[in-house]
Amino acid sequence: MQIIENATVYDAIIVGSGAGGGMATKVLSEAGLRVAVVEAGPFFDPALPEHQTQLKWPYESPRRGASTRFRPFGDFDAAYGGWDIEGEPYTQKDGTQFDWFRSRMLGGRTNHWGRISLRFGPNDFKHKDIDGYGDNWPISYDDVKPYYDKVDKLIGVFGTNEGLPNDPDGFFLPPPKPRLHELFYIKGARKSNVPVYPSRMSMLTKKINNDRGVCFYCGQCNRACQVYADFSAGTCLIFPAQKNGGQVDLFVNCMVREVTTDAEGKATGVSYINKEDRKEYKLKGRVVVLGASACSTARILLNSKSKQHPNGLGNSSDVVGKYLHDSTGADRAAFIPDLMNRKVSYNEDGVGGMHVYSPWWGDNSKLDFPRGYHIEVWGGMGMPNYGFGFNVNEFNKFFGTKVGGYGDVLRGEAKKYYGATMGISSRGESIALKENYCEIDPTTVDEFGIPVLRFHYKWSDLERNQAKHAHDTFEEIIHNMGGIPLGDKPGKDRDYGLHVPGRIIHEVGTTRMGDDPKTSVTNKFQQLHDVDNVFVVDAGVFTSQADKNCTWTILALSMRASEYIVDQLKQQNI
Amino acid sequence: MDRRKSLKSIVLGTVAGGLAIHGCKPEAGSEELVESPKITYPGRVPLEEELLAELEEEQFLNPHEIETLTVLCDLILPGSEEFKAASDAKVVDFIEFMAKDNEAFQPDIRGGVMWLDHKCNTENGVEFKAATQEQQKAILDEIAYYDPEVPSNERPFEVNFFSLIRNLTMTGFYTSKIGIEEIGYKGNMPNVWDGVPDDVLEQHGVAYEEEWLAKCVDQSKRGIIAEWDENGNLLT
Repeated sequence: MQIIENATVYDAIIVGSGAGGGMATKVLSEAGLRVAVVEAGPFFDPALPEHQTQLKWPYESPRRGASTRFRPFGDFDAAYGGWDIEGEPYTQKDGTQFDWFRSRMLGGRTNHWGRISLRFGPNDFKHKDIDGYGDNWPISYDDVKPYYDKVDKLIGVFGTNEGLPNDPDGFFLPPPKPRLHELFYIKGARKSNVPVYPSRMSMLTKKINNDRGVCFYCGQCNRACQVYADFSAGTCLIFPAQKNGGQVDLFVNCMVREVTTDAEGKATGVSYINKEDRKEYKLKGRVVVLGASACSTARILLNSKSKQHPNGLGNSSDVVGKYLHDSTGADRAAFIPDLMNRKVSYNEDGVGGMHVYSPWWGDNSKLDFPRGYHIEVWGGMGMPNYGFGFNVNEFNKFFGTKVGGYGDVLRGEAKKYYGATMGISSRGESIALKENYCEIDPTTVDEFGIPVLRFHYKWSDLERNQAKHAHDTFEEIIHNMGGIPLGDKPGKDRDYGLHVPGRIIHEVGTTRMGDDPKTSVTNKFQQLHDVDNVFVVDAGVFTSQADKNCTWTILALSMRASEYIVDQLKQQNI
Repeated sequence: MDRRKSLKSIVLGTVAGGLAIHGCKPEAGSEELVESPKITYPGRVPLEEELLAELEEEQFLNPHEIETLTVLCDLILPGSEEFKAASDAKVVDFIEFMAKDNEAFQPDIRGGVMWLDHKCNTENGVEFKAATQEQQKAILDEIAYYDPEVPSNERPFEVNFFSLIRNLTMTGFYTSKIGIEEIGYKGNMPNVWDGVPDDVLEQHGVAYEEEWLAKCVDQSKRGIIAEWDENGNLLT
C-alpha cells in the first residue's frame, strides 16, 4: 500500500488535542506558525446541539444514564472512550495490572474531567531533597509560576489565596458557596484537624472574556459545557486559536503511528492512519509536538524505530515508558442521619463537583509513607440517574426497622434518604519507579496494525500505607460529621482500598524530563535529548506526580515549552 | 448462535404473533459494505448507535412476562389519587431495555417470573398476574424483605429477584418525568447558585461563617470581566 504524502510542510505538527496539545496549538498558532493538529478521534464541540448531552434528562437515555463500555462514566458523559476500546487493545505483564483510560476525540479527556485545577507547590518539584525518594525535577516552582499565572488568567479557575506553603496562591475567580453536605464536611474535618478550603476548579464563576459564557450551575461539567464555562481543550484553546486567525489544520480521526525521521535522525513529520479510509498518510513538519497523553506518546516514540534510533525515538536512555505513575485513590461513602428529610425547595446542582476540599495537611516525616493526598468530597441532592432508589431503605438497618418491602412506604423512604449520602475520596501521590512501565508488546497490534502497549505496574507498601491512612482519616471525619461509614473498611487483603493503577486517570512520567540524557527523555524544555525538533507537552514529562491533579501543570508546562519552541524557531536553532 | 440471538428466537418461537417486535431489519447487507465508510459523529458515535439499534430490534420479555411484571411493578409503586403508578412511568419498558443492555439480569428476571407463577399456582391454583391482590401480597410479604447483614449472594433467589425488580422499578420510576416531579428535584436547568437557603441551614443545624462567605462569589458581579492586581487580588 502506498503511503499518501501531504505536500504542505507545517511549522509544527501537534499530536493530540487534549490539555497539552491544545495549549501548544494556541501558543504556536498565535505566534504565527502554521500548525497541523492530528487527533485520533472525531471532532467534538459541545456548543453544537447534535453533540450536547448537557441538560438532558435521565429519561432521554434508554438506560437512564447507566454506564456503557463506550462511556464508563455514564451514558451522558462527554468523554467517549474508556478503559476498553474496541479494536485498540493493550496488554499486561507478569500478572500485574494497569488500567489505561483513553478518550479519542477533539479535546480528549478534558471534555469530562473533574476540573480540579491545582498548581504543584515548591516541594512537589524537589521532593527527593525532602524524603530521598524518586528524583527532583530539573526545574523549580519559580520556573513554572509565571506560566501558572498566565494559565489562571487565560482559562479561569476559581479558588482562594490562602498563603499555603505547598499549595500556591494564584489568580482566582471567586468560589461558589458550600452546599449543605459540604458544611457538614467542613465541621467534621476540622474536628479531625483536617483543614478545609474552597476548592480550586476551572469553571467560570465570573466572566473572563467575551468569548466564553459564565457558569449556570447545572453541575454537569462532565458532559462538556455548551457555553464554554469550564475548561476543555477544544472550547478554550483550539477554537479560540482558530478564531484568532491562527493557521490551524485539524486532522481528526487520524491515528498517529510514528514520528518519521531523516538520514540525520531528525524528525520530518508523522505518519498516521486515517480511520475513515484506513489508509496511511504522512505529514511533514519542521517540529513535532507530542501531546497524545503520557502512554500514547511513549507508544509513538517506541514505535518510531529507525536506523538512527534503533531503540525508538528519543530512547537512547531506555527510559521511554519507564517511571509510569498514576495518582493513588481511595474512597468511602457515608450515611449522614442529620441530612435526612431534606427540603427539596431549592436547586443544589452547583458546579460540577465539589465546592470545598482539603489539600494535604500531614507531616510525612512522622508517617510511614512519604507523600500526601488531598481529599475530595461528593454528595447532595443530585439529579436522579440510573441506580437511584437501589436498596432504597437499606439505611433502615441503622434504626432497627425492616429493610425491603413494597408499596407507598418506599416513596416515603426514597424522600427521607434523598441527599443523605455523601462520600470522601483521597487522591494522592505515588512514587515514580523505573519498574513501573509500559513497553511495546511485540505480539499484538491494534486494528490499525500499530503495535500496542504492554503494562507492568505494581503499587508498593508506600502507597498502601498512604491508603490505610486515608481510610482511617475518612472514618474519623465521617464520625465527626455524625455519620456512619458505609461498607467495610478495606484491609490489607484489599490493598487498603487502593484503586488499581490507572483508575484515577492521572498517569504521568513515561517521558520524564531531566538534565541527564542517560536517565531522562526530555530536557527541561520538554525537548527530546536525542532529537532537537521533537517535544513532549503531555504529562509524560512529569518527573514526579504531586498530591495534586496533573492538568493545570500540563497546561503551564505546555505553554512554557511552546514559547520555547517559538523562540528556538526564531533563532533558527531547530 | 450467540446468546442474544438464541433468546430472541426463544421469544419468537414460543410466542404467537401479535408480539410487538420492532421491524426486523435485514442484517448488514452487501449494499452497506460497498458504501464508503464516511464517519460522521453526532453526540453518539456509530458503535453506540449500532448497539442501541441492535437492542431496540430485540425483544426480551414475552407478553406474559410483560403482564406479570406490570402487575408486580405496580404493587411496588402503586397508583393512587395521590401518586402515579410504576406503569404510568412505563417502568416495564425500562426493565425490558435494561435486560438487553445488561444480559446478566435476564436469567433472574425470566426465572423470577416463573418462580412467582409456580408459587402462586401451588398456593392458589392461579398464575401470579391473575391472582387477587391479597394473594399477590401474601407472596410478596415472604420475599420483599431481606436481612442486610446477610451478603446478597447468600440470600434466597426469590428475595434477590424481588430486590432486583424493586431496584429497577425505583430507578425506572424516579428517573422518569413523573418520578422526578414526585421526588422534587429542582435542578438540571440554568440558575445561579447562591448558597443553601436559611430555613434549610436552620433545619439541619448548620450555618455559614462570615469569613468563608466573604471569599465567595458576589453573583451580582458575575457578568463583569475579571481583573486582578499583580498579587492576585480580584479587582472587579
